[in-house]
Amino acid sequence: MNRNISCTVNSKSMTWQIDIRMSLADVLREHGYTSVKEGCGVGECGACAVLIDDVAVDSCLYLAVWADGCNIRTTEGESKEGKLSPVQQAYLETGSVQCGFCTPGLVMASTSFVEQHKGQKVSREQIRKGLAGNLCRCTGYDGVVRAVEQCIDAEE
Amino acid sequence: MFDIDSYHKADTVDEAIALLSKNPDAVPIAGGTDVLVRLHGHNPDYRHLVDIHDVAELKNITMEPDGTIVIGSGVNFTDLAQSAIVSTNIPVLAEGGSSIGGPQVRNVATIGGNISNGAPSADAAPPLLVLNAHIELKGPEGFRRLPLHDFYQGPGQVDRKSGEIMTCLRIGSTDYKGWSGHYYKYAMRGAMDIATIGCAAACKIDGGRVAGIRLAFGVAGPTPLRCWRTEEKAQGSVADQTLLDLVSDSVLGDLRPRDSWRASKDFREQIITTLSERVLKEALNRNGVSIP
Amino acid sequence: MAVGKSVQRVDGVAKVTGKARYADDFTMPGMRVAKYLRSTIAHGRVLTIDTSKARALPGVDGVFTYQDIPKKKFATAGHPFSMDPGHVDVADRLLLTDYVRYMGDEIAIVVADSDLTASKALSLIDVEYESFQPLVNREDILGDDVPEIHKGTGNVVKTHSFVAGGNLEEVKEECDHLIEGRYKTQIMQHCHLENHTAYAYMDDHQRIVIVSSTQIPHIARRIVAEALDMDAGLVRVVKPFIGGGFGNKQDVILEPMVAFLTKNLEGIPVRLKLDREGGMIGTRVRHPFDVKVQVGLDKDGTIKLIDFDALSNTGAYASHGHSIVSAGAAKTHYMYPRAVYSCKAKTIYGNIPSAGAMRAYGSPQMTFAIEAIMEEAARLVGMDSVEFRLKNGARPGDKSQITKKPIMTCGLLDTIRKGRELIDWKRKRKEWPKIQTGQLRRGLGIAIFSYGSGTYPVCVEPASARLILNQDGSVHLQIGATEIGQGSDTAFAQMTAETVGISFDKVHVVSAQDTDVTPFDTGAYASRQTYVTGQAVMRTAEQLKTRILDYASIITGLDVELITIADDNIVIAETPEIAVMSVRDVAVDAYYDKNRGGQITAEVSYKARNNAHVFGCTFVDLSVDIPLCKVTINEIYNVHDCGVVINPLGAEGQVHGGMAMGIGAALFEELMVDSDSGRIYNNNLLDYKVPTIMDIPDLGAAFVETHEPSHPYGAKSVGEAPVISPAPAIRNGILDATGVAVNELPMTPKSIFKYFKKAGLL
Ligand SMILES: Cc1cc2nc3c(=O)[nH]c(=O)nc-3n(C[C@H](O)[C@H](O)[C@H](O)COP(=O)(O)OP(=O)(O)OC[C@H]3O[C@@H](n4cnc5c(N)ncnc54)[C@H](O)[C@@H]3O)c2cc1C
Ligand code: FES
Ligand code: FES
Repeated sequence: MNRNISCTVNSKSMTWQIDIRMSLADVLREHGYTSVKEGCGVGECGACAVLIDDVAVDSCLYLAVWADGCNIRTTEGESKEGKLSPVQQAYLETGSVQCGFCTPGLVMASTSFVEQHKGQKVSREQIRKGLAGNLCRCTGYDGVVRAVEQCIDAEE
Repeated sequence: MFDIDSYHKADTVDEAIALLSKNPDAVPIAGGTDVLVRLHGHNPDYRHLVDIHDVAELKNITMEPDGTIVIGSGVNFTDLAQSAIVSTNIPVLAEGGSSIGGPQVRNVATIGGNISNGAPSADAAPPLLVLNAHIELKGPEGFRRLPLHDFYQGPGQVDRKSGEIMTCLRIGSTDYKGWSGHYYKYAMRGAMDIATIGCAAACKIDGGRVAGIRLAFGVAGPTPLRCWRTEEKAQGSVADQTLLDLVSDSVLGDLRPRDSWRASKDFREQIITTLSERVLKEALNRNGVSIP
Repeated sequence: MAVGKSVQRVDGVAKVTGKARYADDFTMPGMRVAKYLRSTIAHGRVLTIDTSKARALPGVDGVFTYQDIPKKKFATAGHPFSMDPGHVDVADRLLLTDYVRYMGDEIAIVVADSDLTASKALSLIDVEYESFQPLVNREDILGDDVPEIHKGTGNVVKTHSFVAGGNLEEVKEECDHLIEGRYKTQIMQHCHLENHTAYAYMDDHQRIVIVSSTQIPHIARRIVAEALDMDAGLVRVVKPFIGGGFGNKQDVILEPMVAFLTKNLEGIPVRLKLDREGGMIGTRVRHPFDVKVQVGLDKDGTIKLIDFDALSNTGAYASHGHSIVSAGAAKTHYMYPRAVYSCKAKTIYGNIPSAGAMRAYGSPQMTFAIEAIMEEAARLVGMDSVEFRLKNGARPGDKSQITKKPIMTCGLLDTIRKGRELIDWKRKRKEWPKIQTGQLRRGLGIAIFSYGSGTYPVCVEPASARLILNQDGSVHLQIGATEIGQGSDTAFAQMTAETVGISFDKVHVVSAQDTDVTPFDTGAYASRQTYVTGQAVMRTAEQLKTRILDYASIITGLDVELITIADDNIVIAETPEIAVMSVRDVAVDAYYDKNRGGQITAEVSYKARNNAHVFGCTFVDLSVDIPLCKVTINEIYNVHDCGVVINPLGAEGQVHGGMAMGIGAALFEELMVDSDSGRIYNNNLLDYKVPTIMDIPDLGAAFVETHEPSHPYGAKSVGEAPVISPAPAIRNGILDATGVAVNELPMTPKSIFKYFKKAGLL
């Protein structure tokens, strides 16, 4: 049941032999992208969220074969040359990180939301709706909302 | 790793039909948000797959010259809500679609999968029912079309014959022009939840009187249901509080909510009656009729 | 000054970049996967079990059943060892069982080369059961002639009772009013995002290494040794980053099993990782309570007595068992410490998942009952709910009725006053109609809480720290206390920087615990780390500072009395702006001078013999849509007296997270059991309603600082307490809005529907 897929991960081209029974989360973790966490394995928590062609997807509920030809982004690739991305930085400043297990998924969902709403005025309600696919048990989300707000305000 | 026994990828509808005919045990997988959850639970009915995830011809939303809106079965709920055709002409469907799961689920879950899995809780179903949507399927014998309410046969059961693929959903112009609608999902959480009750209403008003009312509910019976008798009773009524009372008094007669661990029957009935009034009121409001 | 400042978490960058490694992020060549076979009945006996087909499946390394395991029962609660035989945890578990006590009980385990092979092997095991009636409700569990879930117990884990502060019956006679209520709380699940996971391998023929997502590595080491009957020194437990615990990882759940498996498979690495569905039933849950409470008060609103009769269901196995209800009763009595406080408590077994420690350990359940009945009491005497608490709540000078010791610091009344202002209570009270009508109504609610910092004097409170001065003038801090997300590593770094006199970023915390290396500490629980471990960190930091100064004095020839450390330099104590030399230069000399010095280190192991009480409250403004049975929170504030706030940003995060969990307890969460079959309906994150970001409003956290004299930095605790008071405050808000008293949790729409119907609102 093996297949080859070619994709870009955090700007690097990859060709991987995969088993078609694997989820994208399985494949990414196997290749060392361990920021992709598994909290449920069935799309309920968002801990495994990555961006596929800039769209946030729960990689546990996504066949790896579907990533063939796609551009994948994980949290590892968001900080460049030792500099955190604006979303990562905002998470730290607003105290939105505790155990950190939900964080990579939330960072990616937030990144996609911020990129899609560049230059727009957004309400807290919209931010909440945009991050509703990610559970966090530690923070109560208060800082998370402020982190995203801060990033969008900075974009304006 | 998912417990998959055989896997075939299709690039076109015809290829998918051929693959399904050759592998009678196989089921289509589109967004996979339902199929993969079942495989996670080691459900043996989903071990043979025909993958239609990348069939491009299923992903279009178009309007035909006569105003019929055609939505490909492979359209996901994010694209659905962002489509100008949908949001300007049939916003009630965008409301239904936007209430599903969370953003990541909506980015991959398809409207075809939502209807084909036969779930009574499908959030696209009540809006599609009040839009009088028709389903188009293609199989070894060619195309066939049928009204959505006939497609539903029982809990988890739909009228899909072997080898068939749902190609699109069709909404005729007379079913949306002059109509307004509203969908409300009643659930235990604000997101990532299955509806306890889903309610869609659509209405058309002529000179202050009801020219047409359509009401549909999810999780109020074995399949998503239209409220035929109530709709008939309301026909021609003046659009005022009396109409709302009539509807909320009558609506339970059309439905069959039941007890489950998720919610009791009498609780569901309470929500159904309340929503029938409130959702219709909002639909009327969007048609310029405001009832205080 | 590092203490008192909002510093960035020491592990923050690792976490936002995805570089932080959790237990599942480590793999070893040849690592195998283990999976449990869970029972499909809730109560009964395994008659036969046939594993032959599973064993024959290619890729299967082993299948073990109850027949293969050591027959020594062990206790799993993450408590320190108790030298008092009357206080030891109940040893009622085997690694695998043939007597099934809940649906999902572990009866066999498979080890295979992959997850999929293991699952396939499980499906090939044939089991034949003899089923008994599941005992789920208290009536059934305590009925006559019912089977005993654990032999010789009568299905009771333990009972106890106490009366503190006076003669209950006499005071009852004196009260103007006696009111009664009965309150029930639900089974909750912690739902930390990282499931339980552990792996183990052997270093030689004897030594077992376990890497586990645990709050209590040192305790886990002892319990593994007990369960496998081996020396603790041969067990090494490593705790990497952990994705939350909330008490569920203060229990030794997977570690003895992985140790057993590797030991029986020639030391190959074996990983046992629970999936969400298995974890939600097969780890621990919050004890459901059924509390009858009586309150006596005078006409003027003075509370004279609080009398409880509390029943707690610990489920299939004792785990933390009776400690939960007794701790809950003891820690809540500081709220109203001038009243006679009486409690009869009983903990029973039942055929439901085992309950253990969960954030605030029995206090949320007790406080729901207390603050609900206090609201009834305030209304009975016609007092404003806030004034009532201001009149009766703990104030400076009060003492504990139980220990007779004074409460050292108490900011409760100030937190209440602050909360009242934040929510604009007085204005809303005046402007909102007294009796509300219509479909949408608004209400105000308040509830208060008290809690502790650590477990002393019930348990021993040991903590240790080690500091090493590096040649670059930075230090490495090792502690046995565990960072589980609550921010303790950061607080310890702040304390170290403050006391040694170096900058915060010069303190490197070794976040992973390794029982072969890290000094002893019992771990993360009971809101103990800042308070208890903080006392060890301060002493270690002082010792290091003294040693640095002693050595600097040798180098410089200056009298040690004359110098101190500030801003990474050795300075003249009286004129700190005069730097004599840098700490870095001291370190280089100590490391590399050929004739003197040596690595400068410090290590202290310390037992705290104190406990500090924390106080606070929740204020809520909410709306109730009566026909839809829906509660919407408009505004909510938690105000805390947790002593000096070490890291404001971190403390606020603890409060926010606790509030969200409290809102979950109030309005959303319940693990639901079918009482006929014992089946759990909703052991996944779609059906168990952990609040999403859509369900949690903007949260308000505020602090009233007191300076706790028993702690070197004046701190108390803030980890668990924020979860306690939101639920009763929301309950009281619903009462305020609708006149309906909802006396059970959770107050989900389907539950309040029943209450509204009974009250004639629907
Ligand atoms: C976390 C989570 C939350 C969810 N929340 C909601 C929710 O709020 N509301 C809701 O309604 N649903 C929800 N769902 C269910 C599911 O996501 C939706 O029903 C989704 O629309 C299914 O679409 P899919 O493309 O992913 O289906 P798939 O899993 O690909 O397929 C579903 C079924 O339809 C069949 N099928 C798919 N496409 C076709 C086709 N073109 N022709 C014939 N048969 C086809 C498949 O064989 C399968 O039986 C949720 C799921 C998850 C995991
Ligand atoms: S692990 Fe993918 S959504 Fe939970
Ligand atoms: S930080 Fe722990 S789950 Fe979000």
